[in-house]
Amino acid sequence: MTTAETALMDTPWIIWVVFGPVTGAIIAFLWPKRASLLGCFAALVTAGSVLLLVWHIAEFGPQRYLIGGWDAPLGINLYIDGLSATMLLTTALVGAGVTVYATAYFEQTTETDRFFWPLWLLLWAAMNALFLSADVFNLYVTLELVGLAAVALVALAGSRDALAGAMRYLLVSLLGSLTYLLGVALFYGDHGTLDIGLLGELVTPAPADWMATGLMVAGLLIKTALFPLHFWLPPAHAAAPAPVSALLSALVVKASFYLLLRLWLEVFFPGTTPNLGQLIGALGVLAILWGSLQAFCQTRLKLLIAYSTVAQLGYLFLAFPLASTPAATTAWNGTVLFILSHALAKTAMFLAAGNVLRAIGHDRMVDLARGATGLPLNWATFGIAAISIIGLPPSAGFTAKWLLLQASFASGQWWLVIPVAGGGLLAAGYMFKVLSLAFVQNQSSTAGTRIPKRMEWTALGFALGALAMGFLAPSVLDLLDRGAPFQTFSPGGVL
Amino acid sequence: MTPAILYAITGIGLFVLGVHALTRRAHLLNKIIALNIMGSGIFLVFGALAYRTPNGVSDPVPHAMVITGIVVAISATAVALTLMLRLQSKTGAAELPEQSPE
Repeated sequence: MTTAETALMDTPWIIWVVFGPVTGAIIAFLWPKRASLLGCFAALVTAGSVLLLVWHIAEFGPQRYLIGGWDAPLGINLYIDGLSATMLLTTALVGAGVTVYATAYFEQTTETDRFFWPLWLLLWAAMNALFLSADVFNLYVTLELVGLAAVALVALAGSRDALAGAMRYLLVSLLGSLTYLLGVALFYGDHGTLDIGLLGELVTPAPADWMATGLMVAGLLIKTALFPLHFWLPPAHAAAPAPVSALLSALVVKASFYLLLRLWLEVFFPGTTPNLGQLIGALGVLAILWGSLQAFCQTRLKLLIAYSTVAQLGYLFLAFPLASTPAATTAWNGTVLFILSHALAKTAMFLAAGNVLRAIGHDRMVDLARGATGLPLNWATFGIAAISIIGLPPSAGFTAKWLLLQASFASGQWWLVIPVAGGGLLAAGYMFKVLSLAFVQNQSSTAGTRIPKRMEWTALGFALGALAMGFLAPSVLDLLDRGAPFQTFSPGGVL
Repeated sequence: MTPAILYAITGIGLFVLGVHALTRRAHLLNKIIALNIMGSGIFLVFGALAYRTPNGVSDPVPHAMVITGIVVAISATAVALTLMLRLQSKTGAAELPEQSPE
């Protein structure tokens, strides 16, 4: 082994994936004239560190890192297994692409445009830290950091809608994280530890633990916008600048979902969760129905895509009723694959919508047909991303839904088959409503403003990525299995 | 009832009071203060937990958490107040506009 290889092996990349973007954020904030360039450089370093870290996990298995050499309870532990690695990788893929898009989108040199870079890098650092944290209080801090950075990014647009959306988002987000924090306090009071692994061994079906579980789940459901707690999501996601909308829908809601999933797998007492799991699953079904119907009724393109996010988030919760059955691993695999495919497809859609907005100046669907002829590449993007959202083969959306169907058949929970299959039809309904605009023959078509090629190609890249992910699914599932994050529940289960 | 339990129950009471004001009051300043009261309630619970050790020496971990929590709460309040002022200068009222159906 050469020295270069040893250096690659020994560098604590787990630190760099957080330290890199934080440093970038601070420098970009202090040196606004070069913010865009610095942002690109920091994104490159971060994405590179994530790739090296993920490679490390794929090769050598899960890793625990004690910051400053201090072990729990005093020190902060970082832990990464296949689940964290997949989330980090998803974030890096979307993050790198959106960074490229943002260099073209924020070409003007106004003050608000420059603030995008420090805020986005801060958001990236916070999300990476969230995926790596191994204690419930540190997770609270990262959750708040993600929320604050996301709110500030929404407010960047500066319009009345954006400010109101950001304010509502902030209030709801704080309500969610404080509810979560009260749960943390109750857990600590009972067991005297914050470490996820240790808590998992100590939690019992006592009333105090039940209450703590309930509070933490409720707080995280608010932040993940599960129906009926979704009301804050569409205005915030639709009013934000296009790259921000993409980041919020693709990544930020998934961060709190990841946290819920992690706690569900490792901390919450299995005996108390099956009923709660059924309830969450039922809410997921309602989210698919309500979100799809609302999406269909929207008259603005970005709001339609945002409601589609509400619907698609419903799918993530369908695995919870299956969590204590032998089919759990298949269900969770499907769920995480769904996170990845939805992240790519939804980024493509929001970026494409951003292009429409830039070219035509508005996103009212009635008038979109008039400008549609000028953006052939953009409509192709939309169409390809729709394949993944609807869940047609060979997209990753299809593979994810297939795994969910398989798990519901295997566990005998037939009722879940209907929303998984029916949700695809509903999605097809609202997606074809958009796509039909592209085929309207219109003589009086206006060309609209020319948009940078980079913006069109990044959006298309994401759409193609969502499609290609269907072929890469086996490698993703292989990475996901490192450290066997889903094994804790599957054998036998407690029903 | 030990003092620690009394403090913890008071803390949870403050939290509930905060949730009530957050959902019922329209003015944004009220909502922001409500969130701070919720936070203080949780910190009080943490304080009570620190006192509840068998040997009578207080547990430093909840203290550390409260200090971190206060830093987070201040940052969040600062963001919220800034947003409130921006919103007020745009709409003329420090209240959330009704969600338009469009």
